[in-house]
Amino acid sequence: MIILVASLILFLVGLYAIITKRNMIKVAVGFSLMEYSVNFLFAIVGFRPGALPPILQAVEVGKVYSDPLPQALVLTAIVIGLGVTAFMLSLILRLYNRIGSFDLEEIQRLKG
Amino acid sequence: METFPVLLIAIPLGGAFLVPILCKAWDRLAEIVTGLCLAAVLALSIYLAFSLEAGKPLVYLFGNWPVPLGIAFAVDRLSAFMLLVVSILVFFSYIFAIRYMDHFTGSGKFYTLYLLMLVGMNGVVMTGDLFNMFVFMEIAGISSYALVAFGTEAEELEAGFKYMVMGEIASMMILLAIAFIYAATSTLNLADISRSFAAMDKTPGFWFVLILLMSGFSIKAALVPFHSWLPDAHPSAPAPISALLSGVFIKVLGVYAMARIFFNVYGVSRASYPAVFNALLILGLASIIIASLLALKQTDYKRLLAYSSISQIGYIVLALGIGNELALIGALAHILSHSLGKGLLFLTSGSVVYRVGERDITKFTGGLGKQMPWTSLSYNLGALSVAGMPPFLGFFSKLFIILGAVKAGFIVPAVVAGLFAVVTLGYLLKITNKVFWGKEGIKGIKESPFVMVFAMVSLVVLLVAGGAFFFWLKPHLLQPAADVLLKGTEYAEIVFRIGAGG
Repeated sequence: MIILVASLILFLVGLYAIITKRNMIKVAVGFSLMEYSVNFLFAIVGFRPGALPPILQAVEVGKVYSDPLPQALVLTAIVIGLGVTAFMLSLILRLYNRIGSFDLEEIQRLKG
Repeated sequence: METFPVLLIAIPLGGAFLVPILCKAWDRLAEIVTGLCLAAVLALSIYLAFSLEAGKPLVYLFGNWPVPLGIAFAVDRLSAFMLLVVSILVFFSYIFAIRYMDHFTGSGKFYTLYLLMLVGMNGVVMTGDLFNMFVFMEIAGISSYALVAFGTEAEELEAGFKYMVMGEIASMMILLAIAFIYAATSTLNLADISRSFAAMDKTPGFWFVLILLMSGFSIKAALVPFHSWLPDAHPSAPAPISALLSGVFIKVLGVYAMARIFFNVYGVSRASYPAVFNALLILGLASIIIASLLALKQTDYKRLLAYSSISQIGYIVLALGIGNELALIGALAHILSHSLGKGLLFLTSGSVVYRVGERDITKFTGGLGKQMPWTSLSYNLGALSVAGMPPFLGFFSKLFIILGAVKAGFIVPAVVAGLFAVVTLGYLLKITNKVFWGKEGIKGIKESPFVMVFAMVSLVVLLVAGGAFFFWLKPHLLQPAADVLLKGTEYAEIVFRIGAGG
């Protein structure tokens, strides 16, 4: 439960950064925080107290195994997050080259 | 036919791989390969949409792992309908893009992203696995962020950045919800989740996850409190991409995914959980009213159309919120009519920008209708259809939504839906008035190239034909798709029956 709340808090910290920060790099960092909070939650979901590693050598009834699937999910999510972060940073860099600022209010052209 | 779901992913994905290599050899080769891929996808989805038996979805098991274990694609009539909508508009936007993209460099990159976006949308529509749905959503999402920023001017980059931030917040909300769902059910298969949910106590956490999903998909669909990114993002993209984003993208990633999860996985219906449906109803009404009023004061051709998209997506969500049979048929018909209609309107904006190079309608003196007769005709007929005037497909979709609302006893939403159809016509005619009507035009403007006119006129023909043959389309296309939603959790039983054998 504590871990669940911790990952939610991390998620909200990331959301807070995205909403309030004017610096685009900080927005990208906020996004990464959100991403990691969800990955963290996924990793915790597979955890079972006192469990064995999920490698079956013989059929053993009554033993608790940890869940291997979330690790595959986290791996996929990390790769997607890598792509998103890389693209976001390259957009920020292109914007910086055009306007010479990382400030969201200075780049604002579109209104209405 | 069993391999069709995989082909619908593999063909565009293979094309996306080949295009950047082939365009090094010869630019036009990239276009030809893209065209062949899209034609194949269109043919497959037309076949699927009309030949798939109702109640017998195609279940494709990856690696032949039976249903709750592996990733499965489950293509039922609703998926087949969405595939048809996507592939029609993707095909005609491509035809338009052949000449339109002359203005841009890097056509190889453009077509790669274009095909990847199609892969993502097809995947979201076909998959029967929650995490897989998220992955396809991100494929479609990342390629659309890149396509919005494709022009790499400051405005386009800014719009791309805003769109990306909002889109990723939505994706992270959805991923968080998926994590919670996995923690609660230890499964990712939609059918299996549906079974677990049916046996589960409806704790506050259950509703929290539903609200997370609703917010995430509402951002993707740009419903009103979450709409701020759309009027920046859609106009900044090249016109064929604007047509795709407004026409199908927000419907697939927002409305379809939300409807699939709420109706078939959560199994909510208006009788059992009215609160969920009232929330959709309010989101829909807010989108219709606020976006229409904002559209009235726009002076940018594409921005006006973008606000109109928000308001029209409001109609679809309103109809989902009403949730009876007539309204759901109306919602699906509106997905079809709005994708064709708004796709068409964005293509005409591309045609005008291609010849005039200007989007601000206050700078037009009118009279383009004489010089660009086909563009003008397409715009006017498309606008009539989007607004919901009688001979076109748009009329029947709005009619069914309003009939559904009246039948369910929602008089105020029905009145608002009818009234704002007129407002829709009002703001769309603003462009007709400023750009196309009148005597003197800008000197030296002529009609757009043939392929662009061909794409626009084809969509007009489809809109007229859709209206003329609506009562044939309804039993053959819309009713079976609406039945999938109406049957709710029966989806799980059907998928298990077909897919569990392995």
